[in-house]
Amino acid sequence: MNTARKLAYGVVLAVCAASLAANWLAPAGYAKQFREVPGAPPSPQHFLGTDEIGRDRFARILYGTRISLLLAPAAALISTLLAALVGGLAAYVGGVWLRLARGFTDLFLSLPWLFLLITVRALMPLNVSPLMSVFITFLILGLLGWAASARVLSSSADALRNSDFVLQARASGLHGSRLFLIHVLPNLKPVLYAQFWISIPVFILAEANLGVLGLGVAEPLPSWGSLLRELEGLISFREEPWRLVPLLLLIVVMTSFQLLLSNEEVTA
Amino acid sequence: MFWEIARRVGRRLGMIATLVLLGGLLSATMVRLAPGFDADERELDPTLSVESVQAIHQSRAGERNVLSFYRKYLFGAMHGDLGTSHALGQPVRSLLRERWPVTLRVAGLGLLLAWIIASAMAFISCMWRHPGNEILGTTLSGAFLCIPAAVLALLSVIFNTPGYLAIALIVFPKIYRYSRNLLMKAYALPHITAARSRGLGEARILAWHVLPLAGPQMIALAGITVSIALGATIPVESLCGLPGIGQLAWQAALSRDLPLLVNLTVLVTLVTLLANSGADVMIHMLRPRSV
Repeated sequence: MNTARKLAYGVVLAVCAASLAANWLAPAGYAKQFREVPGAPPSPQHFLGTDEIGRDRFARILYGTRISLLLAPAAALISTLLAALVGGLAAYVGGVWLRLARGFTDLFLSLPWLFLLITVRALMPLNVSPLMSVFITFLILGLLGWAASARVLSSSADALRNSDFVLQARASGLHGSRLFLIHVLPNLKPVLYAQFWISIPVFILAEANLGVLGLGVAEPLPSWGSLLRELEGLISFREEPWRLVPLLLLIVVMTSFQLLLSNEEVTA
Repeated sequence: MFWEIARRVGRRLGMIATLVLLGGLLSATMVRLAPGFDADERELDPTLSVESVQAIHQSRAGERNVLSFYRKYLFGAMHGDLGTSHALGQPVRSLLRERWPVTLRVAGLGLLLAWIIASAMAFISCMWRHPGNEILGTTLSGAFLCIPAAVLALLSVIFNTPGYLAIALIVFPKIYRYSRNLLMKAYALPHITAARSRGLGEARILAWHVLPLAGPQMIALAGITVSIALGATIPVESLCGLPGIGQLAWQAALSRDLPLLVNLTVLVTLVTLLANSGADVMIHMLRPRSV
């Protein structure tokens, strides 16, 4: 493992650990308002100042990171499982199911990702409780983000179905779920893992996009998307550079993810 | 060769028509199943009489059965009637005609700029392998790849830059990374090393040996970038206040405007598929044939 990847591991682990320890590290809760100091610059009490309604920005970043970093893998898990079901299983069964699955995948891939995501999220209720908004946002990410992974899994499963060892297993009398679980699934695992890891940064960015547009996690719960939305009222970077911290943190974490994923995975 | 291309184009067009029709149906189903589809804010107006409220409620009766709505929509579309937007109260056809040029300009200029910057940087970094070129390209593309499209649109508003620049910066890293990898792979092939050792100029190597190898995949990438740029028009046009198709899609989704959303989905699917298919046909035509 080269130095850059070691550093990337360190960054992701440190950010995850800090977000998990938000209850101890943050000077206040994410919704606690310091009404006497709204829009305050950084100070010993508030490391990154306060937002327009007096909430501690550092605390909101820690809690927001927790939501974005923990729920993106959950959405990635849903999308990878769906991809395995639609792409992998259909290719293994073959015939009409494979053609149907490929048609369905093509249909989803023919719609631009951002168009589909923003449209579907906008169709869902927006005036829901903050916890429900987190659930809806990440569930939509998981349910809509499977198509590209399904295409990859379908090709891999199709190749496996026609491979010599699967043919031999069939000839030896192994069929159905037993053949799938013993011979096909273990060989699909590396592709499944790769698709899972690739999906995480994609979903982090997608949630940020939704949050900036006001379609993500509802207030007062923070997420990277809602924190980035604060940039909307920014007049000058020179006067309030601390407001760029969420964006810089996102760039650092996303760069770390890029370094962690091998070249083959990124360029696939 | 002509018949082969004609058969390929015919098969493609059939597939495009099927996917576009299914895309429209999928969109209609999603809007119909969306919570609150039946609700109309006007029904809450206390100044309206019971008859008026009932009339408003009845006006959406034809949309409750998705299949019946879609059949009527297709019949109307074949006769040039794309329906009327609920939210904007205008015929969808005139809305699309007004807004399409804005999106075409923003997405087109953005794509053009992204391709010029990305391919120039990729060629420079592969032809003159200076560490500075490599670091600059990787850092710039890596940074823009990490910034959400909506944030780039916001930054475009803050810095008062044109919307197409935001689209260019959203698409640029994808083009740069993919084309650089393709060019690197092509330049690493033994026959290119042999050509260099025989004293062939860089321009000649690029034109005769590298581009024929990397070209088809770059054409395929061009098709895909159309889809990325179209998707990016939603945040860019919505946040930059540009009255294009992206902003219209945003308004249609927020107001659950079924006729408008179905038409927009059909349009976006059609453009994406035509771009990808156009790229495929071009690749097929450029492919060298064995005699």
